[in-house]
Amino acid sequence: MVPLLEMRGIVRTFGAVRANDGIDLDVAAGRIVGLLGENGSGKSTLMKLLFGMLPPDSGTIIFKGRELSGHRPAEAMLAGLAMIHQHFMLIEAMSVVDNVMLGWPAAGKLLRRAAVANQIRGASARFGLDLDPDAKVANLPLGRRQRVEILKAILRGADLLILDEPTSNLAPAEVAGLLTILRRLREEGRGIVFITHKLPEVLDVCDEVVVLRAGRVAGRAPVAGVSRAALAEMMVGRDTTHAHSPDPRPPGAVRLAVRGLRGPGLAGVEFDLHAGEILGVAGVDGNGQIELADTLAGLRRGEGSIVLNGQEIARASVAARMQAGLAYLPADRAQTSLVRAMTIAENFGLRDHAGFLLHPAARTAHAKELMTAYDVRAPGPQTVAARLSGGNAQKIVVGRELDRAPSVVIAHQAAWGLDPGATRFVLDRVVDLRNRGAAVLYISSELEEVLAIGDRVAVLSGGRFAGILSRDKIDLGQIGLWMAGQA
Amino acid sequence: MMDFLAAAIRIATPLLLAALGGILSERAGVFAVGLEGMMLAGAFAAAVTAWAADNFAAGILASIAGGALVGVMVAIVTVRMRADNMVTGLAVNILVAGLTSFLARSAGQGGRPASIHLTPLAAWPIPGLSDLPILGPLLFDHPPLTYLAIVACVLMTLFLGRTQIGLTLRATGENPEAVFASGGNPKLVRMLAVIACGGIAGLGGAVLTLQQVGTFTDNMTGGRGYLALASLIVGRWTPVGAAAACLVFGAADAFGLRMQTFGLPASSYVLQMAPYLIALLVLASLGRATRLPASIGRPLD
Ligand SMILES: Nc1ncnc2c1ncn2[C@@H]1O[C@H](COP(=O)(O)OP(=O)(O)O)[C@@H](O)[C@H]1O
Ligand SMILES: [Mg+2]
Repeated sequence: MVPLLEMRGIVRTFGAVRANDGIDLDVAAGRIVGLLGENGSGKSTLMKLLFGMLPPDSGTIIFKGRELSGHRPAEAMLAGLAMIHQHFMLIEAMSVVDNVMLGWPAAGKLLRRAAVANQIRGASARFGLDLDPDAKVANLPLGRRQRVEILKAILRGADLLILDEPTSNLAPAEVAGLLTILRRLREEGRGIVFITHKLPEVLDVCDEVVVLRAGRVAGRAPVAGVSRAALAEMMVGRDTTHAHSPDPRPPGAVRLAVRGLRGPGLAGVEFDLHAGEILGVAGVDGNGQIELADTLAGLRRGEGSIVLNGQEIARASVAARMQAGLAYLPADRAQTSLVRAMTIAENFGLRDHAGFLLHPAARTAHAKELMTAYDVRAPGPQTVAARLSGGNAQKIVVGRELDRAPSVVIAHQAAWGLDPGATRFVLDRVVDLRNRGAAVLYISSELEEVLAIGDRVAVLSGGRFAGILSRDKIDLGQIGLWMAGQA
Repeated sequence: MMDFLAAAIRIATPLLLAALGGILSERAGVFAVGLEGMMLAGAFAAAVTAWAADNFAAGILASIAGGALVGVMVAIVTVRMRADNMVTGLAVNILVAGLTSFLARSAGQGGRPASIHLTPLAAWPIPGLSDLPILGPLLFDHPPLTYLAIVACVLMTLFLGRTQIGLTLRATGENPEAVFASGGNPKLVRMLAVIACGGIAGLGGAVLTLQQVGTFTDNMTGGRGYLALASLIVGRWTPVGAAAACLVFGAADAFGLRMQTFGLPASSYVLQMAPYLIALLVLASLGRATRLPASIGRPLD
């Protein structure tokens, strides 16, 4: 049987990051291939290359026996590919039928609205989509909007559908509906690439699974003969020997005690964080990471108790928490932590509330010291923050927050988007701080990072800690199962 | 009464054409602040060409070209160079005002504007229909550009609602990324929409010179471009809605003119303010109830 799709030796780099490092992928007609892997393993990049949204550095793509190269999305669609993006490409102010007709040659130059609406009703009934052609997209729940995208793919006669994390924003009942639709598409002989991190979904609907790790294929197998634990282990890998691993040391007194923390996205988080300890928090994005970090820092309110250095702070203001020794490195540093229009010196000075008057000379001198200490590469302290690369911007935030010698640090995606050198630098500063007795909560969706620097590793799943393992008891299979929502 | 309504329709004609152009631009995602300049350029080109060539048809074509030229300028600066829509529109309006006044003088002698005298286009009663009671004088006894505006309004409604290009244009103002993902070229759509906007608004300018006044005077649009902008917002970016709004403003203007001929003791300047006051009141009463095209004013990468 000739495969529908053959991708061979696909390589794509972003600067120093090898997002795809020689990947082969085959999809046959009438098969659902699960593409599994952690965040950042290169799944989306591979699919963007296939759909012509990015050019590959090297490698060949053969679709229906014809080579695709230098193609753009328009050509990919004509060839019979369809991509259901994580962020839907719909016009919310328009009806379902208008969205289907947009850019679809078969709808006619003079639009055949009534005929297309009938086609929609037909396809909707055949695949159980339950879509009203005249409904306005803005009024549809997310699950239905996704079906509009699937409908577009069906009506355009796509032979291969790519779904990038289609279940990450869906309620459980909507997920079940989606899987049913995918099975019907398979029966019709269409091929599907289904990207997810969730093992149960893979085992439920896929025929075979390809696991990516760090831009390479870590394993592939027919779903029939593979165990959950084996998949989990393929996904997270064994290689956890990172350079920054801190020396083991006995933990000190409890610095941060959290009990029954609840709120939107949080379902009862509990843990103790000790002086001189890094508690790494792993987990798939969207399981409460932002909510946990923001609630601890005081940017959102939650129920429950947060005791910082013996003092209850669950109701305290952000400023009071900072005063009590808390530092926060948020994930969206550009939004929350930096004033992009201000200079480096001004950004370093944002936390210095002492006194009313500013002291520009002293501030500039201090900024120079921090730039050296935290390796901020810029022409000088008067450079505007908006000019800096992501790595250098993050180093300013890290420098400003860690320079105050906080006793507790909440870090969320502290190394997100940084090149390996900058990642290493930020992680080393966090470990330094821990060695000097600070307590660190290190939240990241990069499991390797968490395993590398955590004295203990917790997995956040569904808004609570599924479990905590200490460094000497790490069991990757167990962590994979926790991450996949299998308690 | 019939006279009054027919006058309102004639006064609304240039506004309606400009508003129809503006709908194209705004629906594609570019604020149509430059309508005033586009109209003025059209008015000037129409008057000069019709006078020099002694041919009204040439004047009409020239007005489209003149407005479209301003449209090209706005399209390049806002879409290609991603400049702010508001500032660009205002700058273009001021530029065109200066440029047309200058050119009118260089076409004339001794630093005075060229003296252009055209007989305004007369009404073309439509045989058979113009004798109908009520509808006849209201709809079928107008000068040619007024018929054109009414037809343009109908065609524009069909274009936006019933054609693939119209759908793509509306989608571009809402979510250009989705247009790109479905194989379209949102930048090109915006450029063409702005240029077409210029052409149609230029035609609106021709109504002033060829059909209403018969000459060109400095800055003769006198804010009608802005009034057209208000009409299309009040009309919720639909041709029929904008036409209704233009009619209201036209009626206010006709009412003001009536009052003057009756010799009411109000200053003619106060009466001329009427349509603008009404526009202000209607806009204020709509408040935030209007929904702009979601991506209007947002430049594309
Ligand atoms: N446009 C981009 N610019 C720079 N780096 C990128 C870009 N897109 C992806 N990356 C990097 O490539 C790697 C793979 O990313 P991605 O394919 O999105 O992973 P996944 O979809 O598996 O989570 C990550 O390290 C990510 O940071
Ligand atoms: Mg992805």
